[in-house]
Amino acid sequence: MPQYKILTGNYAVAYGVKLSKPQVIAAYPITPQTTIVEKLSEFIEKGELKAKMLRVESEHSAIAAVIGAALAGARTFTATSSQGLLYMHEGVWMASGARLPIVMAIVTRAIFPPWNIWTDHGDLLDQRDTGWIICMVEDNQEALDMIIQAYKIAEDERVLLPVMVGLDSFILSHTATPVEVPDEDIIDSYLPAPGENIHYPKISFENPLTYFNLVFPDNYMEFRYQIQEAMNRAKRVVMEADMKYYKLVGRRYGGLIETYRCTDANIVVVSMGALTGDVKEAVDRLRDEGYNVGALKLRFIRPFPEEELKKELLHKKLVIVIDRAISFGKGGILYTEISSALYEGRFREIPVIRGYVTGLGGRDITVDDVITMVERLITRLESGTLTHGWEWFKLRKEVVE
Amino acid sequence: MLLEIRIHGRGGQGVVTAAQLLVEAAYYEGLWGQAIPFFGAERRGAPVVAYARISDKPIRIHSQIYSPDIVIVFDERLIKLADVYKGLRENGLLIVNTTKMTKETIQISKKGKVRLAYTPATQIALDLKLIVAGWPVINTAMLGAFAKATKLISINSIERAIKNNWSGKIGELNAKAARLAYEKTVLYGG
Amino acid sequence: MSVRQLPIIPISTPRIGAVGKTGKWRIFKPIIKQDKCVKCLQCWLYCPDAAIIRDENDNVTVNYDYCKGCGICAHECPVKAIEMVKEE
Repeated sequence: MPQYKILTGNYAVAYGVKLSKPQVIAAYPITPQTTIVEKLSEFIEKGELKAKMLRVESEHSAIAAVIGAALAGARTFTATSSQGLLYMHEGVWMASGARLPIVMAIVTRAIFPPWNIWTDHGDLLDQRDTGWIICMVEDNQEALDMIIQAYKIAEDERVLLPVMVGLDSFILSHTATPVEVPDEDIIDSYLPAPGENIHYPKISFENPLTYFNLVFPDNYMEFRYQIQEAMNRAKRVVMEADMKYYKLVGRRYGGLIETYRCTDANIVVVSMGALTGDVKEAVDRLRDEGYNVGALKLRFIRPFPEEELKKELLHKKLVIVIDRAISFGKGGILYTEISSALYEGRFREIPVIRGYVTGLGGRDITVDDVITMVERLITRLESGTLTHGWEWFKLRKEVVE
Repeated sequence: MLLEIRIHGRGGQGVVTAAQLLVEAAYYEGLWGQAIPFFGAERRGAPVVAYARISDKPIRIHSQIYSPDIVIVFDERLIKLADVYKGLRENGLLIVNTTKMTKETIQISKKGKVRLAYTPATQIALDLKLIVAGWPVINTAMLGAFAKATKLISINSIERAIKNNWSGKIGELNAKAARLAYEKTVLYGG
Repeated sequence: MSVRQLPIIPISTPRIGAVGKTGKWRIFKPIIKQDKCVKCLQCWLYCPDAAIIRDENDNVTVNYDYCKGCGICAHECPVKAIEMVKEE
């Protein structure tokens, strides 16, 4: 029987990792990630997880260590946040270019300076172009489930790309809720045995190879093409991983996106991570007030769910995108990505797409805030003054102007 | 039903642990919960807070708690040091660790239409010699007071949550503290 | 004409003489004076192209098919038993 435990988001991740049975873990402590690896050390110490824990001197070394271990054919795990992820950045590209199915938890945290340990999606979205599959979870249960699914997706022969699983700093990482921990034998039947059926050329003494040698301009593009193709195939693999998980464990998340009361909605609020829960609450309350509003949770940033977004959003009146990060000199990152997907090949008959940049550095966004965001735009939509674009929300203008 | 709870204590008194035990006990009652630490740096002795939500449905909200229904105070002196009434809803409940409610607290609560409950958690811990690192352990006792004052969670579930987290004598002693505090909880008004 | 499929990552199998006989790249050639050699094997250790051949008695000779004439062996030899001579 599956067990319910009261777990913080970080502990939920650790339980997901434990059930996935990685053989090598390497990480460097950083708030708010640290308790993930602390818990994993405890599992290893108690003999509940048979993995080698490498205590490295930096995040750059952590990713290097799991890259080496994965090349040798081991199932691996690492985790980090913010500065740690940025320090790791060179190795992040190496892991995907090397096509290694590493799984990494990212507890999203604002970037220095100024110091701030609270949630912000800037660190995760900074990895957007690295060739990693990137997903973001809404609650602690999804954190546990997605760590397990991440291995299923990453190790699939059609994919062979590393996966990041993002969860919001503190509001998930340190907040405890009841979480169902699946049975070990169920997950054993879901995931392949670790270290077996390796679909990439692993290091072996019998068949020594030179890895990652110089590639001339006549071949480099083709290696990039192969990563892009793998990303495209990953869309299907994500769905399959979700469905198989559903059959065995009984929970599913809908793949690349999740929709909530979208079918008959003419206004849809798009968000990512824990905030989506508050958006769903706001949708229920707005529905009670007579507004036809729905919520769309962006679960994967890469591969980007263009087709799914077009299908769900193109015929709507208004699409509101809430970003918890900013691309300086441009604007909301998800807003930009979603606008580009919906505009692609079309110059008319698309909804008004409106972005909000808010909640940076952990600024709290409440259900009431979401309702205000929606109602403010409805007023402008009805008066015919609403155009495409983005704006700040909950910015303390009085202290900067 | 959604109940929001704020716990005031001092760094080291176990406000976060209390919130987590509360969520676990609520789970045994078939309720959903969320235990939320204060998101920042904490220091031993300094006034600190933790939060919890309890609901009959899975909880989707992740924002902070601004208008609690229940406020639990681990040290009566915090009533003056921290703004324990901040945001407390009308007809809300204030649960204090004390042997006697001050007239002032009773007056303020009456004015703010706040119900009051108290229990001598420190005295109970001292009597049981339930002391860790020089401080009486009062967080588990205060959960007993919560059970009595709210009738939302049974004392049995509180004890079960405590024993599930600490085996042997420590678990027994903490459960006993919760039980004694439950029995000694005094309700004012409401 | 068949095109060799790329693997998913750039890898190659090391093999002897993948780019032909690199001895042709040589400008100076090392000459080992066997009468001075003390069999310390420093040249054999240091040669970056594994072009020093060591026999069962630790006698060393040069594989001129692959020696590129870098001169490291002559530089390292503690008894100056290797001389670099201009190729004719």
